[in-house]
Amino acid sequence: MTDVTDVTDVTDVTEASATVNAGLHRPRTLAEKVWESHLVAKGANGEPDLLYIDLHLVHEVTSAQAFDGLRLAGRPVRRPDLTIATEDHNTPTLAIDKPIADPTSRKQIETLRANCAEFGVRLHSLGDIEQGIVHVVGPQLGLTMPGITVVCGDSHTSTHGAFGALAMGIGTSEVEHVLATQTLPLTPFKTMAITVEGELKPGVTAKDIILAVIAKIGTGGGQGYVLEYRGSAIRALSMDGRMTICNMSIEAGARAGMVAPDEITYAYLKGRAHAPDGAEWQTAVDYWNTLATDDDAVFDAEVFLDANELEPFVTWGTNPGQGISLSQNVPDPATMIDPNERAAAERALTYMDLTAGTPMKQIAVDVVFMGSCTNSRLDDLRAFASIINGQTKAEGVDVIVVPGSARVRLEAEAEGIDKIVEAFGAEWRFAGCSMCLGMNPDQLEPGQRCASTSNRNFEGRQGKGGRTHLVSPLVAAATAIRGTLSSVSDLIADGIAVDARFATIEGATV
Amino acid sequence: MEKVSTITGVAVPFRRSNVDTDQIIPAVFLKRVTKTGYEDALFSAWRQDPEFILNRPEYASPRILIVGTDFGTGSSREHAVWALRDYGFAAVISPKFADIFRGNSGKQGLLAGVVDEPTVERLWAELEASPGMSATVDLIERTVTVGAITVGFEIDDYTRWRLLEGLDDIGLTLRDEQAITNFEARRESWRPTTLPAR
Repeated sequence: MTDVTDVTDVTDVTEASATVNAGLHRPRTLAEKVWESHLVAKGANGEPDLLYIDLHLVHEVTSAQAFDGLRLAGRPVRRPDLTIATEDHNTPTLAIDKPIADPTSRKQIETLRANCAEFGVRLHSLGDIEQGIVHVVGPQLGLTMPGITVVCGDSHTSTHGAFGALAMGIGTSEVEHVLATQTLPLTPFKTMAITVEGELKPGVTAKDIILAVIAKIGTGGGQGYVLEYRGSAIRALSMDGRMTICNMSIEAGARAGMVAPDEITYAYLKGRAHAPDGAEWQTAVDYWNTLATDDDAVFDAEVFLDANELEPFVTWGTNPGQGISLSQNVPDPATMIDPNERAAAERALTYMDLTAGTPMKQIAVDVVFMGSCTNSRLDDLRAFASIINGQTKAEGVDVIVVPGSARVRLEAEAEGIDKIVEAFGAEWRFAGCSMCLGMNPDQLEPGQRCASTSNRNFEGRQGKGGRTHLVSPLVAAATAIRGTLSSVSDLIADGIAVDARFATIEGATV
Repeated sequence: MEKVSTITGVAVPFRRSNVDTDQIIPAVFLKRVTKTGYEDALFSAWRQDPEFILNRPEYASPRILIVGTDFGTGSSREHAVWALRDYGFAAVISPKFADIFRGNSGKQGLLAGVVDEPTVERLWAELEASPGMSATVDLIERTVTVGAITVGFEIDDYTRWRLLEGLDDIGLTLRDEQAITNFEARRESWRPTTLPAR
């Protein structure tokens, strides 16, 4: 079901790893180094280890009962200085100066505000420059850094692994546990290397890498593992691109995804509000430079992808593993050997209202959503804007562009991206999770089809009855112009002039 | 979590089996933001009936629920435990609990004790003879006393220990508090802090 070429099957090398691990000063992976440096207490007799948590991110949806639990037990937040909250899931992206219309959402936001005030937790509310999607806010403040542990009551906390942090989503009971103790009992994970070597073609992005990875290993392929993304194609990515990849680790079933820190990481971090400064900067960098996986360390499993062969990727089904190259046709379930996979594909095609064999590029969309914790950072907005600049959106297609944070929004406006978006005929919104999850006013109507830069194409995820195709910002932009799922190459074939970075695509005029 | 050892109070002889968590608390109440205040949600559909046992004045302030087998089946919602607790129940005695419900109970300090079906019948008969009478559940001795009847109940050693010690998962972790404090003392100063805001 995937066209990823030059990949080997997932190789389970647990046995070899166990042999190596028996050594006293065994070589270690990045994940193991971060784990071991946070051990508060080693679990005996199969009990979990107790790990210290460096940074706890909080939002309105999964924190209310946790704070209530503290209140009930008479416990304080142990380390308010390692905790930070923002409002994102329930927040509207229009008229943010007005009271939130939905009373349930409003109540959840008000509850977060009251809890943060009572327990002394720093909160960035709607209207604040640092308000935004929790996984955009942590990095932009310089709070997310290499070698730390990060948790949040949100599965996409894996995003922060892009910095070489061990970052995990947790449940409400665990949120309360971390608020109370700044620790979490955790059972050690296995490690998986995802090596992506080569150079991405113009028009192919980090999003296409991770969609291809998930299609390759499946939505459960990462279960029990911390993934480490490695190889020249990963090293060449910006931090925003690395965050896109780590963000969707959870869609492969993994608990976390990581990228070893390097000069790109340090360049991103240096000078940010909460990044180490003065003499501490060098101390930190010296330490961070020790974190990379040792050359002779052994992963429990390995996966290889050839970046040179990757094309723009898109999902056709109702889970993130149901993806193919955009140039291919809707797969035929009848050709699938695994009966479970076949049945899932049949259900997915019915829900998606697609017919096997239809070229993906013939699929027309009603909505294009550019945003979410996967693709709402400045690089993503720049990529989108570089394509739509000077163009007009396809007739009948609604296009909304939602920056990940208020700060990203301002940074984009300073570059004139808001003007490009509006001239294109798209909506320039305020920051938040928006149409990723159908919890705030931004939702698909039943039956509407959306090209979305978000992370989940589950049934009803973007609104009851809505149909989602996960795509990169570049594909989202090309689709918004043509009205059907499209790549930058299709624009060139149409004779549309494109940004200079795509000049090497055959037939391009810039 | 408060330590649980002896619970004394009004016991409700609730002659129903297979009470699933959808009956204990319907899904409509799961939208709330709090972990407390679910007393109005407990058995809310059944409570529409004026004859429902909890609507009778003699059971106005109950502490112990004596109920039929397969209690707490279905959805994993911890809200079911919260609702029972908020209504005032500190112990539930049944011939059989659903696994998830029993696990949730242990986390929230609700004592879930197992007795066999004939014993439940005896306890019901004794309570129905004197509606609103008090009973005692003794976790140390693992006994239930209703009037002249004292019977043993079962609860696993680990849960009993946690309840007696008043330990939830957080409480258990805080037994390592010195180790946490020691870790914090050596935590490098370059690591992130959110306060003061910069």
